[in-house]
Amino acid sequence: MTTNILTIQNLSCGYPKFQLSEINMEIPKGSFAGIIGPNGSGKTTLFRAITGTLALKSGKILLSDKNLRLFSLRERAQNIAIVSQFIEAGDISVEDYVLLGRIPYHSRFNFFETDEDFAIARKYMEMTDTWRFKDQLMSELSGGEQQLAGIARALTQQPQLLLLDEPTSHLDITHQVHILNVLQQLNQEMNLSVLMVIHDLNLASEYCDRLILVNHGKIHMQGSPEEVLTFQNIEDVYQTVVVTQNNPLSGKPAVFLASQKVLKEIQERLASNPKN
Amino acid sequence: MQKKYLHWSLYLAGLLVLLLASVVLSLSVGEMNLGFMDVFSIFRNGHESMEYTILTQIRFPRVLLGIAVGGALSLSGILLQGVYRNPLVEPYTLGISGGASLGVALAIVFGLHQLIGSYVLPISGFAGSFLIIFLVYTISTRNGRVNIQTMLLTGVMISFIASSGMMFLMATTNSENLHGIIFWIMGSLDEPDMSLIYITLILALGSLIVSYFFVQPLNALRLGEEKAKHLGINTDLSIKLLFLMASLLAGVSVAVAGVIGFVGLIIPHLMRILVGSDYRILLVSSFLSGSIFLVLSDVIARTIISPNELPIGVITGIVGGIVFLLMMSRSSIRSLNKSR
Repeated sequence: MTTNILTIQNLSCGYPKFQLSEINMEIPKGSFAGIIGPNGSGKTTLFRAITGTLALKSGKILLSDKNLRLFSLRERAQNIAIVSQFIEAGDISVEDYVLLGRIPYHSRFNFFETDEDFAIARKYMEMTDTWRFKDQLMSELSGGEQQLAGIARALTQQPQLLLLDEPTSHLDITHQVHILNVLQQLNQEMNLSVLMVIHDLNLASEYCDRLILVNHGKIHMQGSPEEVLTFQNIEDVYQTVVVTQNNPLSGKPAVFLASQKVLKEIQERLASNPKN
Repeated sequence: MQKKYLHWSLYLAGLLVLLLASVVLSLSVGEMNLGFMDVFSIFRNGHESMEYTILTQIRFPRVLLGIAVGGALSLSGILLQGVYRNPLVEPYTLGISGGASLGVALAIVFGLHQLIGSYVLPISGFAGSFLIIFLVYTISTRNGRVNIQTMLLTGVMISFIASSGMMFLMATTNSENLHGIIFWIMGSLDEPDMSLIYITLILALGSLIVSYFFVQPLNALRLGEEKAKHLGINTDLSIKLLFLMASLLAGVSVAVAGVIGFVGLIIPHLMRILVGSDYRILLVSSFLSGSIFLVLSDVIARTIISPNELPIGVITGIVGGIVFLLMMSRSSIRSLNKSR
């Protein structure tokens, strides 16, 4: 019996023009993990392989100890809940949208939600602070509010693993931090395992306890933020000069960039005064 | 009880009352007008009278067929709109009516209905529509998966080909056949064969019941195919079965009553505005309103230029189109106000 919620062994999959290969990774139960990497590196392909949207060429994905292929669609939805980057639910009230998360628990012959379903939906809507919009239409919410409703819907599936695809990418910092705080709280209070694709390295460092750095369809490095977010790894993968320093508040690694102009000035200064 | 369920029950009760009212109206109005109350007493006591014959032989079958075809077309429309996630899809967009019309036109041109009997027309209409559905379905299926967008485009294209084929037949045949084809295309609830009416009614009601077992896939598909899958829905299977059911409903309706446009488009659309987008209420309310709409349209078609009769397709087109435009302008005004 492993203590991993997700284990990926020798996975390869992809599209005719882009392949993931030799993917091996482990996400311990209760982790808050992030998949990072440049555009086109394979983050989303890996995510789609885990969500079951993309067929595997070889290798396997285990949820707890069981091969994901052996799960029925319904069982899979009871164990893994997915929050997409864009929610796009249209003219559905927020409460009805969140209640869709109960579908995996209903047989074809259950036409109506039970009181328990309503109670579960309410609990997670309160937890994500979306209960106050319950009668509004999803299309009337802002991007951040929709994202929170998406998380409430996913939690209503009562999964073991929550997968999120760039949950903060189109939000301002207030909403970014709010959503990640909600996820962190869920992770800690409910021991819910979270795996998300995330672009922002500093947010990834601040919130995740485990990072998987993907590049050219392979895993470049995985481990704690301290192990992964070294300036060397980032320069290798992102082809960008950076400085990493610890965040004075949290002690987590933080990544700093400089403009081409500044870098040039530094180079010139170094050239004229090699002692510095 | 949840507020939502209470609202739904009220809508359903309202629609049932409206349906009952339109049935009574349809039975009492015509060349010979009968009082609303008379209808009931004639049914109970007047077995020998002429009124009884008019009611049971002429008006009642039309009402039954109106309920069946209106419900079937509307249900077919709402199912297709759910599968395609496109509110502008209707049974006829996918070439179903084009195929049926071509089938009937071929049967008339080759004189099959005179050789074999009047059953041939609905059967060839049904065969025509199913041939088209089969084509649309096969062309848009790759590796066992249905590509919804390809399906829509294929349907539109095949529909064009079928209607051009029919134009060709109409242009080259004699005037008697031409009259037969046109008469059939215009659509009518006048069906002398009771067994065909019963088959249509049973099929329509049966499909309503079966479609209810697909409310979860339909509700989940509102989020898109991929997200529906993430909720544990076997989307491929659901889409295939729902498409087949919708096609069967539309095919049978067209085969029995001819081409009656707009019902499958307008009624589901109006219901979406009225009761919201949850398929648990949409399926039943669309069916009932489709029935009401067609029964009432038939009343207008029969009475407006009495003693002559207009093709019912003319009424559904005009009334439906105008109501639709009104609703559209109202909802666009509302959304304009909201955005300010």
